[in-house]
Amino acid sequence: MTTMLHAGSVLAGIAEAGRTTTGEEVLFWILAPVMVLAALGLIFARRTVYAALSVILVMVSLAVLYVAQEAPFLGIVQVIVYTGAVMMLFLFVLMLVGVDVADTFADTLGAHRWVAALFGIGLGAVLISVVLRAADIAPQGLTAANEGGNPSGVARIIFGDYVITLQVVGILLITAAVGAIVLTHKERLVAKVGQRERADARIAAGEVLTPLPAPGVYARSNAMDVPALGPDGRPLEHSVSRVLRIRGQQRSVAEVHAHLDPGTGTGSTPPERTITGEEQVR
Amino acid sequence: MNLSNYLVLSVLLFSIGATTVLVRRNAIIVFMGVELMLNAANLAFVTFARMHGDLTGQVVAFFVMVVAAAEVVVGLAIIVAIYRTRRSASVDDVNLLKS
Repeated sequence: MTTMLHAGSVLAGIAEAGRTTTGEEVLFWILAPVMVLAALGLIFARRTVYAALSVILVMVSLAVLYVAQEAPFLGIVQVIVYTGAVMMLFLFVLMLVGVDVADTFADTLGAHRWVAALFGIGLGAVLISVVLRAADIAPQGLTAANEGGNPSGVARIIFGDYVITLQVVGILLITAAVGAIVLTHKERLVAKVGQRERADARIAAGEVLTPLPAPGVYARSNAMDVPALGPDGRPLEHSVSRVLRIRGQQRSVAEVHAHLDPGTGTGSTPPERTITGEEQVR
Repeated sequence: MNLSNYLVLSVLLFSIGATTVLVRRNAIIVFMGVELMLNAANLAFVTFARMHGDLTGQVVAFFVMVVAAAEVVVGLAIIVAIYRTRRSASVDDVNLLKS
């Protein structure tokens, strides 16, 4: 009698677990449109990084749905493996290959895009019609299966029924790691150029061996954009950073001199070598 | 709410992933489309596990994730190797064997 009562309560609990709560329904109807929109972003995003970010959004939302669907272990694995490892790997390769690689959306085949869109819509329609046949299955819920904790239940099946599969998957992972190393390995065709070789080449080329002079230091301006003065009082053009010179952001000595008060222009500079700003640049 | 809503969502994600594979030219985005399809299948597995009250569906989804991780590693290595020789990540430029 008591066992039957117990079984009855378990059955009621299962029936209860199979139904979705209002909270889960709200969660689903918030997340599902977001996920579909983000997935569409994968098709329509011009920039690859945006596509990757929208896929990350889809995957995090999937993890939330897994937890809602009584699969907390898979939800956490989803966050760690997919968003944490796989998508970060994608972003790494994206940055390695170059985010500015022009992704030509225009196809060589004009009709190709429309045929592909038609295929996608048709596939969706067929699969939905198939999937809706499962709508009348009475959901049983995982309360009984998750009784000792969801990770324990999953582990019991993995290490019980699927031990051989687990071993094969382990071999597969090692093979994939070795394969990635082999594929990205680059044979060195020429000798490595180190610091010594670079220094020898510079001396052989007869270039400037000392460090370049630092940019100018004046009483009114010690900024990076003003050239230094040589021992003879003439500005040294190459003391200003090359970047500033190319951008045209450097200031000449004359410009700084124009701001100087003529009465106080002595400082440490001897009067006979007072900078006038008319000095020839070398 | 009927649980088949999850299945419909999974089908939508799967179709979008398949369309991405067909439409886009950038190999990395094509690859992300494949990942989206695998994830959609995982959602279906988890939903079916809940429908049938059997954790095996979750175990299969777990194995799908592991195999997807291995596949991503090799696939991205191939993309990097192609990019090194061809200076391009477009699937249309890999036509050395043509003609």
